[in-house]
Amino acid sequence: MANERRKLLEVSGLTMDFGGLRAIDSVGLDIHAGEIVALIGPNGAGKTTFFNCVTGIYTPTAGDIVIAPPDGSSRRINGLKPNAITSLGMARTFQNIRLFPAMTVLENVMIGRHCRTRSSILDVIVGGARTRREERETVATSYRLLEKVGLADLAGEYARNLSYGAQRRLEIARALATEPFLLLLDEPAAGMNPQETLELEALIARIRTDNELAILLIEHDMKLVMNISDRITVMEYGKKIAEGTPREIKENPKVIEAYLGEEAHA
Amino acid sequence: MTHFKKSLGIGLWFMFLTFPLMVVRVNTIDNVIEWRWSNVVWVGACAAAIAWLWQFSIERRAARHAAALADPHPQAKRHTLAQRLSDDPALTRRALIVAGLLAVVFPWVTSTTQNFYHINVMVSALIFVVLGLGLNITVGLAGLLDLGYIAFFAVGAYTYALLGQHLALGFWICLPLGGLVSMLFGLVLGFPILRLRGDYLAIVTLGFGSITKIILENWDTAFGGAAGIAGIARPEFFGMTLEGRMQSVYTYYIVLALVAATIFIVTRLKNSRIGRAWMALREDEIACEAMGVDMARTKLSAYALGAFWAGLVGVVFAAHNTFINPDSFTFMDSAMVLAMVVLGGMGSILGVIIAALTLKLLPEYLRAFAEYRMLVFGAVMVLMMIFRPQGLINDMRRKYELDTADDADGGDDNGK
Repeated sequence: MANERRKLLEVSGLTMDFGGLRAIDSVGLDIHAGEIVALIGPNGAGKTTFFNCVTGIYTPTAGDIVIAPPDGSSRRINGLKPNAITSLGMARTFQNIRLFPAMTVLENVMIGRHCRTRSSILDVIVGGARTRREERETVATSYRLLEKVGLADLAGEYARNLSYGAQRRLEIARALATEPFLLLLDEPAAGMNPQETLELEALIARIRTDNELAILLIEHDMKLVMNISDRITVMEYGKKIAEGTPREIKENPKVIEAYLGEEAHA
Repeated sequence: MTHFKKSLGIGLWFMFLTFPLMVVRVNTIDNVIEWRWSNVVWVGACAAAIAWLWQFSIERRAARHAAALADPHPQAKRHTLAQRLSDDPALTRRALIVAGLLAVVFPWVTSTTQNFYHINVMVSALIFVVLGLGLNITVGLAGLLDLGYIAFFAVGAYTYALLGQHLALGFWICLPLGGLVSMLFGLVLGFPILRLRGDYLAIVTLGFGSITKIILENWDTAFGGAAGIAGIARPEFFGMTLEGRMQSVYTYYIVLALVAATIFIVTRLKNSRIGRAWMALREDEIACEAMGVDMARTKLSAYALGAFWAGLVGVVFAAHNTFINPDSFTFMDSAMVLAMVVLGGMGSILGVIIAALTLKLLPEYLRAFAEYRMLVFGAVMVLMMIFRPQGLINDMRRKYELDTADDADGGDDNGK
């Protein structure tokens, strides 16, 4: 099924060295339109480093990262700045929540609109009709996104006052505000209770259909991963050790040995 | 009761500590030792009273903190005056009109043709209000600590002095030029420090401030050295040069207009895409960049705009004093402007204005206590850090409304 669809992201031979340490060793990964792909592996396997390479926070030592936005263009994005990559249409959330704590919930989402709006300093000072309209649209779009993740009531609250689960959902809303075609979620369920995780699962599924985007997910909660993913890539010690559908991964002896062990037998 | 006992203990302890100083005095003329027992009572009473007040305030602060924690929506309950002001546009407008009227009549009420001291004091204070608001962009909004801000002020002042001296350019041409030159310096300084943060940024800006002052002091041929530049032209009024009181009133109105323009523009910027990007940069640089904000451009714009205002008002400063030398641009002045931003509350425009006026006007009118100035200054700073670390006035976040029904509806339709 996957092969019929357009490839949105194609990573091949990605390698990242930190001094003498090879954090990622020649890892490849494809994501197709509308897919949810999970990246799993034990702690320290290099999953977040992989994310950071793809989103431009690190410049990879070797390998190619090519994105093909739905508009048909295609581009190698190695070494681009994070904001440029976000403008191209890939948005992420962070493993350790990185909101803007002293700004309101709504403003946090509005920051996501930054790269989709144009007003310059001069425009803002003059305050022309176009600038005001853009500002109104920013507020309206951000508000709708808050409604989608169920935070509309808390729009005026400071982000730091939100509960942990709400902060995670706010990060997702903020990433969605950048109008991505590919959303990268770094452990979105970390620290959530089972109920919240269930809600998150529903939210991710809803986002995929509503916004027509693909999702790359790092997650340790195996129930969530198995339920939601179309395909799973497993990493260990910086190397890719397996790739396949949830069922294949569950039965892959290498994965069982490395990581899933008890989960798979249970 | 425990407070009372503790205060009493502290009082006794202070009586004991200060005993040799406050009680025993050797009178070398009569060769006798005087015992001033009444002093010890005063010391004890004052120490106990201050200790009691101290504990009381600490406890109240703790109680308030606990109450705020227990209350899930603290913002909804606590309505400070500033909060009410920002929430109610009608009230804001009225307050602005009153403040504006007071500012406009001020020079006529407080001065005579002979004595216009108050106007000149106010001009100096307003110059620092603009400086504070400018630095508020860099430090308060964008979170880029700048310890050499006064250097941009110097650039503006010297730009006007030199252009006036060599090219005989007038005040009104130099006003924007001073701002632009200063902005250029802001950009030049901004580029190398794009990657720096926190302490490192502070050190580089501190160095920039010092370097500027040292160059001004030592390059005699270009900048007049430590003697500075004298005989700078005052602002001309449609080709005329005003005299005495009228000149001061005129300068006052120029600065006042500058203050008003600064407030207007900074408010606009703050509640816009640009201002939000600055604040996001202050909050979390990595997340800010990952959300599509161009960090280099945002940082540079914050630096350049902050510098622009310093340069602009530097021109006014030079024109007002008709004489400048490097001593007006010391680190103490940078620290003073920074103190205004911190005391007023990072990012809060009203807070910075109040802090700037207080810090400039109080020392001026309390010259009698000039010896204790730094003591009081230090004490106030320490007390502020303990009781109101967020500054005098909290930076109030604007409430965004989904305004005008048709717009909201249009938006919803798109969403569905």
